[in-house]
Amino acid sequence: MQTFAAQFANAHDLMVVMPMVMLTLFACGVLIIDLLLPAGDKRWNAATAALGLLFAGGSLWRVQATLAHQGMLGVSAFNGSVVMDPMAIFFCWLFLIATGITILISVRYMEIEQEDHGEYYALMLFSVVGMMCMASGKDIVLLFIGLELMAISTYVLVGFLRRDKRSNEAALKYLLLGAFSSGIFAYGLSLMYGLSGTTDVTLIGRRLAGLPESSHPILMLAVVTTLAGLFFKIAAVPFHQWAPDAYEGAPTAITGFMSVAGKAAAWALLLRIFAFALRYEQTIWMPMVIAVAVMTLTGGNLAAMTQNNLKRLLAYSSIAHVGYMLLGLVAWNETGIKGILVYLLVYTFMNLGAFAVIVSLRRRDLIGDEIDDIAGLWFKRPVEALLMVIFLLSLGGIPPLAGFYGKYFIFLSLIETGHYVLASLAVFYIAVSLYYYLRIINAMLMRPALDAEPIQPAFGLRLALWVTALATVGIGLFPEIFIRAAAWTMTAPRAVTQAFLR
Amino acid sequence: MMNTVPISWYLVLSAVLFACGVTGFIIKRNIITIFMSIELMLNAVNLSFVAFAYQWKQLNGEVFVFFVMVVAAAEAAVGLAIIISVFRTRETLSVDKVDLLKL
Repeated sequence: MQTFAAQFANAHDLMVVMPMVMLTLFACGVLIIDLLLPAGDKRWNAATAALGLLFAGGSLWRVQATLAHQGMLGVSAFNGSVVMDPMAIFFCWLFLIATGITILISVRYMEIEQEDHGEYYALMLFSVVGMMCMASGKDIVLLFIGLELMAISTYVLVGFLRRDKRSNEAALKYLLLGAFSSGIFAYGLSLMYGLSGTTDVTLIGRRLAGLPESSHPILMLAVVTTLAGLFFKIAAVPFHQWAPDAYEGAPTAITGFMSVAGKAAAWALLLRIFAFALRYEQTIWMPMVIAVAVMTLTGGNLAAMTQNNLKRLLAYSSIAHVGYMLLGLVAWNETGIKGILVYLLVYTFMNLGAFAVIVSLRRRDLIGDEIDDIAGLWFKRPVEALLMVIFLLSLGGIPPLAGFYGKYFIFLSLIETGHYVLASLAVFYIAVSLYYYLRIINAMLMRPALDAEPIQPAFGLRLALWVTALATVGIGLFPEIFIRAAAWTMTAPRAVTQAFLR
Repeated sequence: MMNTVPISWYLVLSAVLFACGVTGFIIKRNIITIFMSIELMLNAVNLSFVAFAYQWKQLNGEVFVFFVMVVAAAEAAVGLAIIISVFRTRETLSVDKVDLLKL
């Protein structure tokens, strides 16, 4: 007879959630080690956090090996509330990579800001645990907890420069709008639970499909509120107001972290809800998604054109990128989902790279986030300027670089499903986006520097720059090799599509 | 049980509370009041979960309520800390005066 404890924490269940367990343990470890370290020698915190990522990666590899060995579509644990399927594992790798790069960027940056506390790395690891729950949760309770764990950790990280007025303000705005959107999202979940009588997303999907006509108004309300909450989290227009403020005020490394890892996590949650809970409700959500996608493309691109603050400009550009990904959702076929996943992967590298360059601009008395601050970078640090050009062109979707492949699959899926108008609109906005990316390039290469202060990026930052640049160029030049190396991961979109086509 | 209140009443109450929360969030100008409006929204969610859990004779919904309460508590702790740090640098609690970051 199994004891109560054994029933709820057997070895198999623990193996499945081991990446989260590892990260939690190491995050607590960082908090303890921080107490032992003398002030001004806090680098061991970052090292511990990085070690935690390695261990989490190792346990994730074990989960993946189990999955490949048994040839299954996913291993579930804890009575089916956690499922590690290829999509979840894909996202978990993405979070680990993004966090690793962010830690490399952060070490020297937080020392310059004189806020190099252990809590910074601990909160980052905690938020990754939340993201992993969002990617692997199959129960709305776990999905909600994961979302909140990520969000609450990020609120603190955004306001981490507590002596800086702008960081405070960004944290406040992010907190208020984030909590508001969580409330809306939870209300949608409560209605879905009420209509279906279960918290399992697969069962919710099945039971919502069998609802009688009379409960359709409530179903409508449930879908609309859930979607509004999700759109807030991925920062789609008209639910995007928090993003530019939070991105501008946050420590630059955290801006990069939020814009890639946080966004990917929100997308994981969104795909999970759409592919399972709402998979038969397409007639309700499709018009909303199309409208929001068009508004997001328009709003993000047009607002980015007039920005003079680099972080704010990249915030609006990241809103525009969400617009492209939403188009993959409009197509809603295998290519479209694959496009979203590839897009999130390449976006991680190119966007973190761009933010790493902005971090390197941090010098005495300068945050380095205005276009004027990047002027003349070519004459000071030609290598960094060249890498920034690569990142920006990749963000714009210029062919030999990684960013092209994200957009390629999205456009392909739109053509496949006959959305020609949307495809041409998206191509038009690529031209618009090139304008504001070229504005930064113009400032870097053509304009003289405004001050003579030298720019000396630290070792970790240079490493992060090279890793992201290599990935951006590498994925662009050899996409087949990457796809073959990630052949197993690429069953991810197939798993999702199989889930909703069946 | 002849005289129990029908579930629709609870749901309407929950919807009204939620609407009050949303309205308060939009029209109020004091940060603390806005924060209370958010708590009101979460409590509306709790009420609707409890009502549904009672209707379905299940514990899932009630378990969710506990998690929502935990989340609300954590959010209040972090939120009040952030509000205090904003107050320390600006000496105001009006959202209209917290406006360094603009278009």
